[in-house]
Amino acid sequence: MTNVLELRGITKRFPGVLANDKIDITLREGKILALLGENGAGKTTLMNILYGLYKPDEGSIAVHGKEVEIHGPNDAIAQGIGMVHQHFMLVPVMTVTENVMLGIEPTKNGIFLDKEKVAGRIREISDQYGLDVDPNAYIKDLPVGIQQRVEIIKVLYRQADILILDEPTAVLTPQEVEGLFMIIDTLIKSGKSIIFITHKLKEVLAVADDITVLRLGRVVGSINPKEATTEKLAVMMVGRDVNLVVDKKPAKPTEPVLVVENLYVRDERQNQTVQGVSFEVRKGEVLGVAGVQGNGQTELVYALTGLLPLEDGTIRLLGEPIHRTTPRNILERGVAHIPEDRQRHGLILTFPIHDNMMLCTYYKNPFARGISLQEKTIFSNAEELVGQYDVRTPNIYVNAGTLSGGNQQKVIVAREFSRPIQLLIASQPTRGLDVGSIEYIHQQIIKKRDEGTGVLVVSSELDEILALSDRIAVMYKGQIMGIVDAQTATKEQLGLLMAGIHPSETAQA
Amino acid sequence: MTQETHIKTAFEKRKQQAYGITLLVTGLIIYLLFGLNTEAGLLTTFGLNLAGTNAIPIDDLIVPAQATVYLMSAIAAFVGAYQLARGVRSTGALLGIVAFTFVVAFLTWAAAGKSFNLTGMLTSSLVRATPIALAALCGVISERSAVINIGIEGIMLIAAQVAVVTATLSQNLYVGLILAILIGGLVAAFHAFLVIRFKVDQVVSGVAINIFGAGMTSFISSRFLQKATDALNNSGTFPIISVPGFSKIPVLGPVLFENNLIVYLTLLLVVVLHVMLFHTPWGLRTRAVGEHPKAADTLGINVYFVRYVNVILGGMITGLGGAYFTIGSVGRFDEIMTAGKGFIGLAAMIFGKWNPIGAFSSSLIFGFADSLQVKLQILRVPIPSEFLLMAPYIVTMIILTGVVGRAIPPAADGQHYEK
Repeated sequence: MTNVLELRGITKRFPGVLANDKIDITLREGKILALLGENGAGKTTLMNILYGLYKPDEGSIAVHGKEVEIHGPNDAIAQGIGMVHQHFMLVPVMTVTENVMLGIEPTKNGIFLDKEKVAGRIREISDQYGLDVDPNAYIKDLPVGIQQRVEIIKVLYRQADILILDEPTAVLTPQEVEGLFMIIDTLIKSGKSIIFITHKLKEVLAVADDITVLRLGRVVGSINPKEATTEKLAVMMVGRDVNLVVDKKPAKPTEPVLVVENLYVRDERQNQTVQGVSFEVRKGEVLGVAGVQGNGQTELVYALTGLLPLEDGTIRLLGEPIHRTTPRNILERGVAHIPEDRQRHGLILTFPIHDNMMLCTYYKNPFARGISLQEKTIFSNAEELVGQYDVRTPNIYVNAGTLSGGNQQKVIVAREFSRPIQLLIASQPTRGLDVGSIEYIHQQIIKKRDEGTGVLVVSSELDEILALSDRIAVMYKGQIMGIVDAQTATKEQLGLLMAGIHPSETAQA
Repeated sequence: MTQETHIKTAFEKRKQQAYGITLLVTGLIIYLLFGLNTEAGLLTTFGLNLAGTNAIPIDDLIVPAQATVYLMSAIAAFVGAYQLARGVRSTGALLGIVAFTFVVAFLTWAAAGKSFNLTGMLTSSLVRATPIALAALCGVISERSAVINIGIEGIMLIAAQVAVVTATLSQNLYVGLILAILIGGLVAAFHAFLVIRFKVDQVVSGVAINIFGAGMTSFISSRFLQKATDALNNSGTFPIISVPGFSKIPVLGPVLFENNLIVYLTLLLVVVLHVMLFHTPWGLRTRAVGEHPKAADTLGINVYFVRYVNVILGGMITGLGGAYFTIGSVGRFDEIMTAGKGFIGLAAMIFGKWNPIGAFSSSLIFGFADSLQVKLQILRVPIPSEFLLMAPYIVTMIILTGVVGRAIPPAADGQHYEK
């Protein structure tokens, strides 16, 4: 058996960071190599080097045993390397055909695009690998799972035999993940070799032939999946023992704090993305909202926090309607919001930490008196919170934008938790964070629950939902498919709901 | 619930009502403004023949003024009532009815008891739409690759001046035309260089070009051109070319087939750019770069190169538009003679949804408003001429304030691309 791809001693420095430090990896022909590592471990940098988007400072790349220079995506494509990016590189307003042909357009008479030819080839590839993609569909109308297949077709159309899949399961439902694994299987059988990048331990054990673990830009080690366990991999990935399960006592819910009835919301493009949602959150419980991203969760949270107007329905906080009031009024009534996009909606990145720590209450005593801000109070408040919530920062005067993702999230948590709250709305609270920070944020959320706060957690990570929630609501196409007890819920059951299928329906079928 | 069982929501109902009420109000306004002010028994003559053209003469259109105004009022009101009761999906058709009834009623009223040459006005609409359309086409291909070029006005002024001066000096209009196109490309290349290479804010760079263009050309004009008009600023203009045969068609002939070179080039460019943008690899790449440059980059497309090419091509088209002002229409340069046409072109681009044919069609609307204003002054309508002069700009504002609903620009429009 030969090695189709060898990376030797790849080193890449960014200003102040050693992103890749003498990395060696080997991909065997017809095998799946899993590249495991946390966010920031250097996986994506390494793959961007392989794909020619970055230039390595040191090291060599050999394809089929022959050393090659890769200066750009065109070189990578010429070597038979294709990449399915984590954030899909598809133009939403174009068709599948247009997206696939982009960059290597065949023409009629040397001038006009030959779309029929490409569409025919797409159908062939689609049939060969069981992808089931319509070449004339517009990308924006396709579900995420199908969009991913379009990315795979793009790679296959360019006759790649080495496929890099960058975090391919991050945006998929459990069923779509199953589908992807079947496609991967077909690809391997037809002689392709695959690098599978992920930070999800179970997936690695499910698909990989070889596992290489990266941490802080270095190869920590390679391991055979037969000898690996999730615990072992977690230790390799994080560098210390981690607690993969959130410790929590059973919830003691009391009266409802948030009651939502028959909610309809339109997004900024006037699409009705929340369609008749009703639920309640009680004091002392965590209600998890599961669902594939883009099924109305974002707009639901915006409506609850006053950022989007309701089209119809009511929202009551402790019995009082809050749907016709302002975001400030809502947060003054004790709603804390950890927003989905922490960099755009949670922090002002160009403001120092001390100002970010008082964004909700800057206009009130003790931070403001009359028209002047009270600097001393602001500084002491920030110092105190930074200490209390273990924000790793040189001081409180640096801009929030200079912190790592985990520490940025801690700043938000510190700010929101530092005032008296009745309801916590946490949207994707640990997206993109390292395992250590995830552990910390989860503990804080459970602590708030145990203090008697009502908590609404929205997440597209099913593991997170299962770890935190007491009850789980699943959203699909703007509606709640069902609310289940977290104690008895299974991944399969939730996965079906996330795909818009009631488990009872399949039982009948 | 899926998309099929989509019920009419409160939002859609409000929208439906808004359109219905707009139409009813239009009907009422037509009645109050024009109907009550038109004397019974007057006739309005719409002239369909234009003196000095090859077209075969036909009878003029003569209508009873008051009855026509009432008819238009009734049509608008009826459609409005139908819309309130039933609801029609096509908002474009509804707006068309608003515009059509209002304009016809207005013209009938304005020309009651007099004669109004319709063919003449359509001809001048196209002519006046030409520079707007060229500015809009520049905007389209520039912004399709995600570079905003707000400096079109300035580029047109520079090109207009270069065209007339070089044409006068060389005694050759084609020299002026080619140099205008080249200088347009050159200034646009400078803009591209600033915003692509140095990531200068696109609007700031564009504004700078406008200020430079206005200042520089005015300076040269007052310092040199006005002192030596015959030697520097008197080029003559491109002659009218009649297309044999076609120019004999009544109404259409004079409007479409008796124009000068620049107008024909504009019509050709609209078609060519449309085909290029939607049916060639260049167009596919341009659109991809404007929508999702990172995606284009990962497929080995040079994002910066595509943007340079588009901005420079756009600048050349604008240069042609600049040449129209001098060697295409009056044969001399006046200070600030573009009078905001570059900006109106950008409005036409947005109204035309970043699409060459759409941009051209909306340019025609602006051209129509412009030429209407001139004709009405001649008709001595009892409206102050200052208000009439405002017509094209008012139309711009009404259109841009979203009568047409939201036009969605290319997703990456105006954003720098960082590798």
